[in-house]
Amino acid sequence: MLSFVSFSHPTDHGSTHHHLPDTEDLLDVADFESSRSKLTCPGEIITSSQAFMRGHGTYVDKEDVIASVAGTVERVNKLVTVRAIRTRYNPEVGDLVVGRITEVQPRRWKVDANSRQDAILMLSSVNLPGGVQRRKLESDELQMRNFFEEGDLLVAEVQAFFSDGAMSLHTRSLKYGKLRNGQLVTVPPILVRRLKSHFISLPCGVDLILGLNGYIWVSKQVGDSDQGEEGFDAEAVYSNQNDDVDNATRTAISRVSNIIRVLADHFIPLTDTLLLEAYEWVIEQEGETKDLLGDAGEALVAAVSSRG
Amino acid sequence: MGSRVEILNDGGFRSDGRRQYELRDISIDFSLQGTADGSVTIHHGLTQVLVSVFGPREAKSRAQTIHDRANINVEVNIAAFSTGERRKRSRGDKRILELASTIKSTFEPAIQTHLYPRSQIDVFIQILQLDGGLLPACINGTTLALAAAGIPLFDFVCAITGGVHSASPMLDLTTLEENDIPHITVAMMPKTERVTLVTMETRLHVDRFEEIFGLAVDAGKVIHKEMKLAVQARTSSLVSSLGVGSKPEGDRGMAMELDDS
Repeated sequence: MLSFVSFSHPTDHGSTHHHLPDTEDLLDVADFESSRSKLTCPGEIITSSQAFMRGHGTYVDKEDVIASVAGTVERVNKLVTVRAIRTRYNPEVGDLVVGRITEVQPRRWKVDANSRQDAILMLSSVNLPGGVQRRKLESDELQMRNFFEEGDLLVAEVQAFFSDGAMSLHTRSLKYGKLRNGQLVTVPPILVRRLKSHFISLPCGVDLILGLNGYIWVSKQVGDSDQGEEGFDAEAVYSNQNDDVDNATRTAISRVSNIIRVLADHFIPLTDTLLLEAYEWVIEQEGETKDLLGDAGEALVAAVSSRG
Repeated sequence: MGSRVEILNDGGFRSDGRRQYELRDISIDFSLQGTADGSVTIHHGLTQVLVSVFGPREAKSRAQTIHDRANINVEVNIAAFSTGERRKRSRGDKRILELASTIKSTFEPAIQTHLYPRSQIDVFIQILQLDGGLLPACINGTTLALAAAGIPLFDFVCAITGGVHSASPMLDLTTLEENDIPHITVAMMPKTERVTLVTMETRLHVDRFEEIFGLAVDAGKVIHKEMKLAVQARTSSLVSSLGVGSKPEGDRGMAMELDDS
Protein backbone atom coordinates (compact mmCIF):
# COMPACT_ATOMS: atom_id res chain seq x y z
CA MET A 1 0.00 0.00 0.00
CA LEU A 2 1.09 3.58 -0.56
CA SER A 3 2.05 5.74 2.33
CA PHE A 4 1.87 9.51 2.57
CA VAL A 5 4.15 11.57 4.69
CA SER A 6 3.84 15.30 4.84
CA PHE A 7 7.31 15.80 6.28
CA SER A 8 10.60 15.66 4.53
CA HIS A 9 11.62 12.38 6.13
CA PRO A 10 10.06 9.38 4.48
CA THR A 11 11.27 7.12 7.26
CA ASP A 12 9.34 6.22 10.36
CA HIS A 13 10.86 8.73 12.74
CA GLY A 14 9.65 11.56 10.53
CA SER A 15 6.05 10.74 11.10
CA THR A 16 6.24 10.50 14.87
CA HIS A 17 6.27 14.29 15.03
CA HIS A 18 2.65 14.80 15.84
CA HIS A 19 0.69 12.30 13.86
CA LEU A 20 -1.98 10.85 16.02
CA PRO A 21 -3.26 7.36 15.61
CA ASP A 22 -6.21 7.11 13.30
CA THR A 23 -8.64 6.33 16.06
CA GLU A 24 -9.34 10.11 16.68
CA ASP A 25 -12.37 12.01 15.47
CA LEU A 26 -15.75 10.74 16.53
CA LEU A 27 -16.38 12.05 19.99
CA ASP A 28 -18.49 9.28 21.24
CA VAL A 29 -21.61 10.39 22.99
CA ALA A 30 -20.69 9.18 26.44
CA ASP A 31 -17.51 11.21 26.30
CA PHE A 32 -19.46 14.22 25.13
CA GLU A 33 -21.81 14.06 28.12
CA SER A 34 -19.09 14.15 30.69
CA SER A 35 -16.83 16.78 29.22
CA ARG A 36 -16.84 20.37 30.38
CA SER A 37 -15.46 22.18 27.38
CA LYS A 38 -14.88 20.04 24.36
CA LEU A 39 -13.01 21.57 21.45
CA THR A 40 -14.03 20.97 17.90
CA CYS A 41 -13.37 22.21 14.37
CA PRO A 42 -15.37 22.57 11.15
CA GLY A 43 -16.61 19.28 9.73
CA GLU A 44 -16.25 17.32 12.97
CA ILE A 45 -19.21 15.17 13.93
CA ILE A 46 -20.37 16.14 17.41
CA THR A 47 -23.28 13.85 18.08
CA SER A 48 -26.36 12.28 16.53
CA SER A 49 -29.17 14.54 15.42
CA GLN A 50 -31.82 12.17 16.76
CA ALA A 51 -30.91 12.70 20.40
CA PHE A 52 -29.91 16.38 20.21
CA MET A 53 -31.03 19.65 18.64
CA ARG A 54 -28.61 21.69 16.63
CA GLY A 55 -27.77 25.24 17.73
CA HIS A 56 -25.46 27.95 16.45
CA GLY A 57 -22.18 26.84 14.96
CA THR A 58 -23.51 23.46 13.88
CA TYR A 59 -25.40 21.94 10.99
CA VAL A 60 -27.15 18.67 10.37
CA ASP A 61 -26.11 16.28 7.64
CA LYS A 62 -28.04 13.05 7.45
CA GLU A 63 -28.04 11.65 11.01
CA ASP A 64 -25.28 13.77 12.49
CA VAL A 65 -24.86 17.14 14.13
CA ILE A 66 -21.66 18.56 12.72
CA ALA A 67 -19.65 21.57 13.88
CA SER A 68 -19.17 24.41 11.42
CA VAL A 69 -16.78 26.58 13.44
CA ALA A 70 -13.70 25.96 15.56
CA GLY A 71 -14.48 26.46 19.22
CA THR A 72 -15.99 24.95 22.34
CA VAL A 73 -18.99 22.64 22.35
CA GLU A 74 -21.71 23.74 24.73
CA ARG A 75 -24.85 21.93 25.68
CA VAL A 76 -28.03 23.07 27.36
CA ASN A 77 -30.34 20.12 27.84
CA LYS A 78 -30.89 18.85 24.29
CA LEU A 79 -29.48 21.88 22.51
CA VAL A 80 -25.93 21.60 21.23
CA THR A 81 -24.06 24.71 20.15
CA VAL A 82 -20.49 25.45 19.20
CA ARG A 83 -19.17 28.80 20.32
CA ALA A 84 -16.53 30.11 17.93
CA ILE A 85 -13.44 31.19 19.74
CA ARG A 86 -12.84 34.29 17.67
CA THR A 87 -15.57 35.81 15.63
CA ARG A 88 -17.46 39.01 14.92
CA TYR A 89 -19.90 40.41 17.43
CA ASN A 90 -23.29 38.66 17.67
CA PRO A 91 -25.74 41.27 18.89
CA GLU A 92 -28.49 40.68 21.43
CA VAL A 93 -31.24 43.07 22.42
CA GLY A 94 -30.20 45.21 25.36
CA ASP A 95 -26.47 44.97 24.70
CA LEU A 96 -24.38 48.07 25.14
CA VAL A 97 -22.25 48.81 22.09
CA VAL A 98 -19.78 51.44 21.01
CA GLY A 99 -19.90 52.27 17.33
CA ARG A 100 -18.74 54.64 14.66
CA ILE A 101 -21.00 56.43 12.17
CA THR A 102 -20.19 55.32 8.63
CA GLU A 103 -23.00 56.89 6.65
CA VAL A 104 -25.83 59.39 6.97
CA GLN A 105 -28.98 58.29 5.17
CA PRO A 106 -32.54 59.64 5.07
CA ARG A 107 -33.83 59.51 8.65
CA ARG A 108 -31.13 57.09 9.76
CA TRP A 109 -27.44 56.66 10.42
CA LYS A 110 -25.38 53.61 9.54
CA VAL A 111 -23.09 52.60 12.42
CA ASP A 112 -20.10 50.30 12.27
CA ALA A 113 -20.35 48.14 15.39
CA ASN A 114 -17.98 45.27 14.53
CA SER A 115 -20.92 43.11 13.51
CA ARG A 116 -21.69 41.24 10.31
CA GLN A 117 -23.60 44.22 8.98
CA ASP A 118 -23.61 47.91 9.86
CA ALA A 119 -26.08 48.74 12.60
CA ILE A 120 -28.83 51.30 12.02
CA LEU A 121 -29.59 54.22 14.27
CA MET A 122 -32.95 55.78 13.39
CA LEU A 123 -33.45 59.49 13.79
CA SER A 124 -36.50 58.62 15.89
CA SER A 125 -34.38 56.73 18.41
CA VAL A 126 -32.03 59.54 19.41
CA ASN A 127 -32.59 62.27 21.98
CA LEU A 128 -32.93 65.81 20.73
CA PRO A 129 -30.50 68.32 22.17
CA GLY A 130 -32.03 69.90 25.23
CA GLY A 131 -34.02 66.76 25.97
CA VAL A 132 -37.26 67.97 24.42
CA GLN A 133 -39.72 65.18 23.73
CA ARG A 134 -41.48 65.52 20.39
CA ARG A 135 -41.84 63.87 17.00
CA LYS A 136 -38.91 64.40 14.70
CA LEU A 137 -39.75 66.94 12.02
CA GLU A 138 -38.42 67.55 8.58
CA SER A 139 -36.24 70.28 10.03
CA ASP A 140 -34.55 67.70 12.28
CA GLU A 141 -34.03 65.51 9.26
CA LEU A 142 -32.22 68.33 7.51
CA GLN A 143 -29.83 68.92 10.37
CA MET A 144 -28.97 65.28 11.11
CA ARG A 145 -25.28 66.02 10.59
CA ASN A 146 -25.47 68.43 13.53
CA PHE A 147 -26.20 65.40 15.73
CA PHE A 148 -23.91 62.77 14.27
CA GLU A 149 -21.50 63.02 11.38
CA GLU A 150 -19.52 60.36 9.54
CA GLY A 151 -16.70 59.21 11.78
CA ASP A 152 -18.32 60.19 15.08
CA LEU A 153 -18.13 57.66 17.88
CA LEU A 154 -21.15 56.91 19.99
CA VAL A 155 -22.36 54.60 22.70
CA ALA A 156 -25.78 53.05 22.24
CA GLU A 157 -27.98 50.10 23.15
CA VAL A 158 -29.27 47.41 20.82
CA GLN A 159 -32.99 48.01 20.50
CA ALA A 160 -34.26 45.47 17.99
CA PHE A 161 -33.38 43.55 14.85
CA PHE A 162 -34.49 43.99 11.28
CA SER A 163 -35.68 41.05 9.28
CA ASP A 164 -32.29 40.60 7.61
CA GLY A 165 -30.53 40.43 10.99
CA ALA A 166 -29.18 43.98 11.06
CA MET A 167 -29.47 45.58 14.48
CA SER A 168 -31.25 48.76 15.33
CA LEU A 169 -29.70 50.97 18.01
CA HIS A 170 -31.06 53.65 20.31
CA THR A 171 -29.47 56.41 22.35
CA ARG A 172 -32.59 57.40 24.29
CA SER A 173 -30.88 57.73 27.61
CA LEU A 174 -28.56 60.30 29.07
CA LYS A 175 -25.94 57.58 29.46
CA TYR A 176 -25.76 57.15 25.71
CA GLY A 177 -24.71 59.50 22.94
CA LYS A 178 -21.62 60.94 21.35
CA LEU A 179 -18.21 60.12 22.80
CA ARG A 180 -15.53 62.70 23.48
CA ASN A 181 -12.35 63.22 25.52
CA GLY A 182 -10.81 59.83 25.02
CA GLN A 183 -9.54 57.03 22.87
CA LEU A 184 -10.95 53.87 21.29
CA VAL A 185 -9.39 50.44 21.81
CA THR A 186 -10.58 47.44 19.82
CA VAL A 187 -10.45 43.91 21.26
CA PRO A 188 -12.05 40.59 20.21
CA PRO A 189 -15.71 40.72 21.35
CA ILE A 190 -15.45 37.43 23.28
CA LEU A 191 -13.11 39.15 25.75
CA VAL A 192 -15.86 41.52 26.94
CA ARG A 193 -18.15 39.59 29.25
CA ARG A 194 -21.60 40.76 30.27
CA LEU A 195 -21.21 42.74 33.48
CA LYS A 196 -23.62 44.48 35.86
CA SER A 197 -22.49 47.79 34.45
CA HIS A 198 -20.43 48.46 31.38
CA PHE A 199 -19.67 52.00 32.50
CA ILE A 200 -16.64 51.73 34.72
CA SER A 201 -14.97 54.56 36.61
CA LEU A 202 -11.42 53.83 37.61
CA PRO A 203 -10.06 55.75 40.60
CA CYS A 204 -7.26 57.14 38.42
CA GLY A 205 -9.58 59.64 36.75
CA VAL A 206 -10.44 57.46 33.79
CA ASP A 207 -13.87 56.34 32.60
CA LEU A 208 -14.26 53.13 30.64
CA ILE A 209 -17.10 52.04 28.43
CA LEU A 210 -16.82 48.34 27.64
CA GLY A 211 -18.87 47.85 24.49
CA LEU A 212 -20.02 44.25 24.14
CA ASN A 213 -18.94 44.45 20.50
CA GLY A 214 -15.32 44.68 21.56
CA TYR A 215 -15.01 48.43 21.13
CA ILE A 216 -13.78 50.00 24.34
CA TRP A 217 -13.89 53.71 25.01
CA VAL A 218 -11.29 55.04 27.43
CA SER A 219 -11.90 58.64 28.40
CA LYS A 220 -11.47 61.39 30.92
CA GLN A 221 -13.72 61.04 33.94
CA VAL A 222 -16.91 63.07 33.80
CA GLY A 223 -17.70 64.80 37.07
CA ASP A 224 -20.95 63.69 38.70
CA SER A 225 -22.22 67.25 38.59
CA ASP A 226 -22.35 67.20 34.78
CA GLN A 227 -24.48 64.11 34.64
CA GLY A 228 -27.64 64.90 36.57
CA GLU A 229 -30.86 65.86 34.83
CA GLU A 230 -30.39 69.53 35.64
CA GLY A 231 -26.85 69.61 34.40
CA PHE A 232 -28.02 68.29 31.03
CA ASP A 233 -26.45 70.75 28.68
CA ALA A 234 -28.13 71.09 25.31
CA GLU A 235 -24.95 72.02 23.52
CA ALA A 236 -22.65 69.47 25.13
CA VAL A 237 -24.50 66.30 24.10
CA TYR A 238 -23.71 66.57 20.43
CA SER A 239 -20.61 68.75 20.78
CA ASN A 240 -17.56 67.91 18.70
CA GLN A 241 -15.24 69.85 20.96
CA ASN A 242 -13.06 68.02 23.47
CA ASP A 243 -12.73 69.42 26.96
CA ASP A 244 -9.32 70.32 28.30
CA VAL A 245 -7.57 67.14 29.34
CA ASP A 246 -4.56 67.64 31.58
CA ASN A 247 -1.34 65.69 31.21
CA ALA A 248 -1.91 63.40 34.19
CA THR A 249 -5.25 62.29 32.75
CA ARG A 250 -3.75 61.81 29.29
CA THR A 251 -1.08 59.57 30.79
CA ALA A 252 -3.69 57.63 32.73
CA ILE A 253 -5.82 57.17 29.60
CA SER A 254 -2.95 55.86 27.54
CA ARG A 255 -1.82 53.63 30.38
CA VAL A 256 -5.27 52.06 30.67
CA SER A 257 -5.47 51.70 26.87
CA ASN A 258 -2.14 49.95 26.79
CA ILE A 259 -3.16 47.62 29.60
CA ILE A 260 -6.26 46.67 27.61
CA ARG A 261 -4.20 46.11 24.45
CA VAL A 262 -1.72 43.89 26.27
CA LEU A 263 -4.44 41.83 27.94
CA ALA A 264 -6.29 41.49 24.63
CA ASP A 265 -3.11 40.38 22.87
CA HIS A 266 -2.88 37.57 25.40
CA PHE A 267 -6.59 36.81 25.02
CA ILE A 268 -7.47 37.51 28.64
CA PRO A 269 -11.12 38.48 29.31
CA LEU A 270 -11.57 41.99 30.66
CA THR A 271 -13.45 42.68 33.87
CA ASP A 272 -13.54 45.74 36.08
CA THR A 273 -11.65 44.06 38.93
CA LEU A 274 -8.99 42.71 36.58
CA LEU A 275 -8.42 46.12 35.00
CA LEU A 276 -8.21 47.74 38.41
CA GLU A 277 -5.67 45.22 39.63
CA ALA A 278 -3.67 45.57 36.46
CA TYR A 279 -3.64 49.33 36.82
CA GLU A 280 -2.45 49.12 40.43
CA TRP A 281 0.28 46.71 39.40
CA VAL A 282 1.42 49.08 36.66
CA ILE A 283 1.52 52.03 39.06
CA GLU A 284 3.62 49.98 41.51
CA GLN A 285 6.13 49.17 38.80
CA GLU A 286 6.56 52.88 37.99
CA GLY A 287 7.49 52.19 34.37
CA GLU A 288 6.89 54.30 31.29
CA THR A 289 3.48 53.90 29.71
CA LYS A 290 4.93 52.75 26.42
CA ASP A 291 7.01 50.02 28.09
CA LEU A 292 3.77 48.13 28.66
CA LEU A 293 3.71 47.19 25.00
CA GLY A 294 7.10 45.51 25.41
CA ASP A 295 8.56 43.42 28.22
CA ALA A 296 6.57 45.11 30.98
CA GLY A 297 3.45 43.82 29.28
CA GLU A 298 4.65 40.24 29.56
CA ALA A 299 5.35 40.82 33.24
CA LEU A 300 1.88 42.31 33.67
CA VAL A 301 0.25 39.28 32.10
CA ALA A 302 2.31 36.98 34.28
CA ALA A 303 1.32 38.92 37.39
CA VAL A 304 -2.36 38.91 36.47
CA SER A 305 -2.42 35.22 35.54
CA SER A 306 -0.66 34.12 38.70
CA ARG A 307 -3.34 35.88 40.72
CA GLY A 308 -6.19 34.10 38.94
CA MET B 1 11.83 15.61 -21.90
CA GLY B 2 14.00 18.57 -22.66
CA SER B 3 15.00 19.38 -19.14
CA ARG B 4 18.47 18.76 -17.86
CA VAL B 5 17.22 17.90 -14.40
CA GLU B 6 15.69 14.48 -14.02
CA ILE B 7 12.10 14.67 -12.80
CA LEU B 8 12.35 11.19 -11.33
CA ASN B 9 15.71 9.44 -11.18
CA ASP B 10 16.38 5.73 -11.31
CA GLY B 11 16.41 5.48 -7.53
CA GLY B 12 12.84 6.77 -7.44
CA PHE B 13 13.74 10.21 -6.08
CA ARG B 14 12.58 13.56 -7.41
CA SER B 15 14.75 16.62 -8.00
CA ASP B 16 14.30 17.86 -4.43
CA GLY B 17 14.93 14.44 -2.89
CA ARG B 18 11.35 13.46 -2.29
CA ARG B 19 9.70 10.18 -3.19
CA GLN B 20 6.88 10.06 -5.70
CA TYR B 21 4.02 10.38 -3.21
CA GLU B 22 5.79 12.40 -0.59
CA LEU B 23 4.37 15.80 0.27
CA ARG B 24 6.41 18.83 1.19
CA ASP B 25 6.71 20.14 4.71
CA ILE B 26 3.63 22.12 5.77
CA SER B 27 3.92 24.79 8.43
CA ILE B 28 1.05 26.92 9.62
CA ASP B 29 1.25 30.16 11.60
CA PHE B 30 -1.89 31.84 12.93
CA SER B 31 -0.32 35.13 14.07
CA LEU B 32 -2.78 37.91 13.52
CA GLN B 33 -2.07 40.48 10.81
CA GLY B 34 -3.30 43.96 11.64
CA THR B 35 -7.05 44.23 12.02
CA ALA B 36 -7.89 41.04 10.13
CA ASP B 37 -10.54 38.77 11.66
CA GLY B 38 -8.48 35.74 10.75
CA SER B 39 -5.11 35.36 9.13
CA VAL B 40 -2.64 32.63 8.48
CA THR B 41 0.77 32.13 6.91
CA ILE B 42 1.12 28.72 5.35
CA HIS B 43 4.24 27.14 3.88
CA HIS B 44 4.16 24.23 1.47
CA GLY B 45 7.87 23.64 1.19
CA LEU B 46 9.23 26.77 -0.45
CA THR B 47 5.82 28.12 -1.36
CA GLN B 48 4.70 30.68 1.18
CA VAL B 49 1.29 32.32 1.21
CA LEU B 50 -0.24 34.85 3.60
CA VAL B 51 -4.03 34.95 3.78
CA SER B 52 -6.09 37.54 5.66
CA VAL B 53 -9.84 37.27 6.06
CA PHE B 54 -12.09 40.20 6.96
CA GLY B 55 -15.73 39.81 7.74
CA PRO B 56 -18.48 38.99 7.46
CA ARG B 57 -18.91 42.74 7.30
CA GLU B 58 -20.97 45.38 5.54
CA ALA B 59 -20.44 45.17 1.78
CA LYS B 60 -18.35 47.98 0.37
CA SER B 61 -20.72 48.79 -2.47
CA ARG B 62 -24.42 48.26 -2.84
CA ALA B 63 -23.88 46.48 -6.15
CA GLN B 64 -22.01 43.70 -4.35
CA THR B 65 -24.67 42.90 -1.77
CA ILE B 66 -26.68 39.74 -2.27
CA HIS B 67 -29.96 39.85 -0.40
CA ASP B 68 -30.01 36.26 0.86
CA ARG B 69 -26.36 35.36 1.40
CA ALA B 70 -22.89 36.77 1.88
CA ASN B 71 -20.74 37.81 -1.02
CA ILE B 72 -17.22 36.37 -1.10
CA ASN B 73 -14.57 38.70 -2.41
CA VAL B 74 -11.14 37.24 -3.17
CA GLU B 75 -8.12 39.33 -4.06
CA VAL B 76 -4.77 37.80 -4.91
CA ASN B 77 -1.45 39.57 -5.06
CA ILE B 78 1.71 37.88 -6.23
CA ALA B 79 4.73 39.69 -4.84
CA ALA B 80 7.25 40.70 -7.50
CA PHE B 81 10.05 38.93 -5.59
CA SER B 82 8.16 35.68 -5.10
CA THR B 83 9.21 33.90 -8.27
CA GLY B 84 12.63 32.98 -9.62
CA GLU B 85 12.40 35.68 -12.20
CA ARG B 86 11.52 39.08 -10.76
CA ARG B 87 8.34 40.29 -12.36
CA LYS B 88 5.88 42.98 -11.42
CA ARG B 89 2.29 42.01 -12.12
CA SER B 90 -0.51 44.49 -12.44
CA ARG B 91 -3.71 44.09 -10.46
CA GLY B 92 -5.62 43.49 -13.65
CA ASP B 93 -3.44 40.54 -14.71
CA LYS B 94 -5.79 38.01 -16.32
CA ARG B 95 -4.09 35.01 -14.74
CA ILE B 96 -4.40 36.47 -11.27
CA LEU B 97 -8.05 37.36 -11.80
CA GLU B 98 -8.71 33.81 -12.96
CA LEU B 99 -6.93 32.44 -9.90
CA ALA B 100 -9.04 34.65 -7.64
CA SER B 101 -12.30 33.58 -9.26
CA THR B 102 -11.26 29.92 -9.06
CA ILE B 103 -10.68 30.30 -5.33
CA LYS B 104 -13.98 32.09 -4.94
CA SER B 105 -15.92 29.33 -6.68
CA THR B 106 -14.06 26.70 -4.66
CA PHE B 107 -15.24 28.23 -1.41
CA GLU B 108 -18.79 29.09 -2.37
CA PRO B 109 -20.05 25.57 -1.59
CA ALA B 110 -17.90 25.33 1.55
CA ILE B 111 -18.84 28.54 3.42
CA GLN B 112 -22.30 28.80 4.99
CA THR B 113 -22.95 32.11 3.28
CA HIS B 114 -26.71 31.92 3.82
CA LEU B 115 -26.17 32.81 7.50
CA TYR B 116 -24.93 36.26 6.58
CA PRO B 117 -27.32 37.95 4.15
CA ARG B 118 -26.15 41.28 2.68
CA SER B 119 -22.68 40.87 4.14
CA GLN B 120 -19.33 40.48 2.50
CA ILE B 121 -16.40 38.24 3.32
CA ASP B 122 -13.09 39.58 2.07
CA VAL B 123 -10.19 37.23 1.45
CA PHE B 124 -6.84 38.84 0.70
CA ILE B 125 -4.09 36.52 -0.45
CA GLN B 126 -0.44 37.54 -0.63
CA ILE B 127 1.97 35.18 -2.31
CA LEU B 128 5.36 35.72 -0.71
CA GLN B 129 7.27 32.82 -2.19
CA LEU B 130 6.31 30.67 -5.10
CA ASP B 131 7.65 27.22 -5.84
CA GLY B 132 4.78 25.37 -7.40
CA GLY B 133 1.42 24.47 -5.92
CA LEU B 134 0.19 28.06 -5.97
CA LEU B 135 -3.52 27.25 -6.11
CA PRO B 136 -3.44 24.51 -3.43
CA ALA B 137 -1.47 26.75 -1.06
CA CYS B 138 -3.98 29.57 -1.58
CA ILE B 139 -6.93 27.24 -0.97
CA ASN B 140 -5.45 25.60 2.13
CA GLY B 141 -4.47 29.00 3.51
CA THR B 142 -7.92 30.43 2.88
CA THR B 143 -9.60 27.51 4.65
CA LEU B 144 -7.44 28.04 7.71
CA ALA B 145 -7.93 31.81 7.72
CA LEU B 146 -11.70 31.37 7.44
CA ALA B 147 -11.68 28.91 10.34
CA ALA B 148 -9.56 31.35 12.35
CA ALA B 149 -12.05 34.14 11.66
CA GLY B 150 -14.88 31.98 13.04
CA ILE B 151 -16.73 31.86 9.73
CA PRO B 152 -18.99 28.77 9.56
CA LEU B 153 -17.75 26.17 7.09
CA PHE B 154 -19.37 22.92 6.08
CA ASP B 155 -15.93 21.39 6.12
CA PHE B 156 -12.28 22.10 5.59
CA VAL B 157 -11.23 22.43 1.97
CA CYS B 158 -7.92 20.69 1.30
CA ALA B 159 -6.15 21.03 -2.02
CA ILE B 160 -3.18 19.34 -3.65
CA THR B 161 -1.58 19.04 -7.08
CA GLY B 162 -0.85 15.71 -8.71
CA GLY B 163 1.00 14.99 -11.93
CA VAL B 164 2.33 12.14 -13.96
CA HIS B 165 5.85 11.65 -15.25
CA SER B 166 5.80 9.11 -18.11
CA ALA B 167 3.95 6.37 -16.21
CA SER B 168 4.71 7.38 -12.61
CA PRO B 169 2.25 9.61 -10.79
CA MET B 170 3.56 12.08 -8.21
CA LEU B 171 2.09 14.56 -5.73
CA ASP B 172 2.68 18.15 -4.57
CA LEU B 173 4.71 19.41 -7.53
CA THR B 174 7.34 22.12 -7.44
CA THR B 175 7.64 24.79 -10.13
CA LEU B 176 10.25 22.71 -11.92
CA GLU B 177 7.95 19.72 -12.08
CA GLU B 178 4.88 21.78 -12.94
CA ASN B 179 6.68 23.20 -15.97
CA ASP B 180 7.58 19.78 -17.23
CA ILE B 181 4.80 17.30 -16.59
CA PRO B 182 1.01 17.28 -16.98
CA HIS B 183 -0.78 17.91 -13.68
CA ILE B 184 -4.15 18.53 -12.06
CA THR B 185 -5.23 20.40 -8.94
CA VAL B 186 -7.88 18.83 -6.72
CA ALA B 187 -9.68 20.52 -3.82
CA MET B 188 -11.76 18.25 -1.63
CA MET B 189 -13.76 18.33 1.59
CA PRO B 190 -12.44 15.33 3.54
CA LYS B 191 -15.23 14.78 6.07
CA THR B 192 -18.16 15.20 3.74
CA GLU B 193 -16.17 13.55 0.95
CA ARG B 194 -17.03 16.06 -1.70
CA VAL B 195 -14.77 17.55 -4.33
CA THR B 196 -15.13 21.28 -4.88
CA LEU B 197 -12.49 21.82 -7.53
CA VAL B 198 -10.68 19.87 -10.20
CA THR B 199 -8.66 21.91 -12.64
CA MET B 200 -5.88 21.36 -15.13
CA GLU B 201 -3.93 23.69 -17.35
CA THR B 202 -2.06 21.00 -19.23
CA ARG B 203 -3.20 18.04 -21.27
CA LEU B 204 -3.39 14.82 -19.30
CA HIS B 205 -4.05 11.40 -20.73
CA VAL B 206 -7.53 10.27 -19.81
CA ASP B 207 -6.28 6.87 -18.64
CA ARG B 208 -4.00 8.54 -16.08
CA PHE B 209 -6.64 10.84 -14.72
CA GLU B 210 -8.43 8.43 -12.43
CA GLU B 211 -5.24 7.24 -10.78
CA ILE B 212 -3.95 10.75 -10.08
CA PHE B 213 -7.35 11.92 -8.92
CA GLY B 214 -7.56 9.07 -6.42
CA LEU B 215 -4.08 9.79 -5.15
CA ALA B 216 -4.85 13.49 -4.75
CA VAL B 217 -7.99 12.73 -2.76
CA ASP B 218 -6.02 10.47 -0.44
CA ALA B 219 -3.32 13.12 -0.05
CA GLY B 220 -6.01 15.68 0.74
CA LYS B 221 -6.91 13.64 3.82
CA VAL B 222 -3.31 13.78 5.00
CA ILE B 223 -3.28 17.56 4.57
CA HIS B 224 -6.58 17.75 6.40
CA LYS B 225 -5.01 16.07 9.39
CA GLU B 226 -2.25 18.68 9.47
CA MET B 227 -4.67 21.55 9.15
CA LYS B 228 -6.96 20.18 11.82
CA LEU B 229 -4.11 19.79 14.27
CA ALA B 230 -3.05 23.37 13.68
CA VAL B 231 -6.58 24.69 14.20
CA GLN B 232 -7.07 22.59 17.33
CA ALA B 233 -3.78 23.75 18.79
CA ARG B 234 -4.76 27.36 18.26
CA THR B 235 -8.25 26.86 19.67
CA SER B 236 -7.02 25.15 22.79
CA SER B 237 -4.37 27.78 23.44
CA LEU B 238 -6.95 30.55 23.09
CA VAL B 239 -9.45 28.71 25.28
CA SER B 240 -6.87 28.17 27.99
CA SER B 241 -5.90 31.85 28.04
CA LEU B 242 -9.58 32.79 28.15
CA GLY B 243 -9.76 31.00 31.47
CA VAL B 244 -7.11 33.30 32.98
CA GLY B 245 -8.29 36.10 35.24
CA SER B 246 -11.90 35.00 35.49
CA LYS B 247 -14.00 32.03 36.47
CA PRO B 248 -16.35 31.62 33.54
CA GLU B 249 -16.40 27.84 33.87
CA GLY B 250 -18.16 27.90 37.23
CA ASP B 251 -21.74 28.51 36.21
CA ARG B 252 -21.52 26.43 33.08
CA GLY B 253 -20.04 23.52 34.98
CA MET B 254 -22.90 23.75 37.41
CA ALA B 255 -25.45 23.58 34.63
CA MET B 256 -23.76 20.51 33.23
CA GLU B 257 -23.74 18.75 36.56
CA LEU B 258 -27.40 19.48 37.20
CA ASP B 259 -28.10 18.00 33.83
CA ASP B 260 -26.24 14.84 34.40
CA SER B 261 -27.86 14.06 37.71
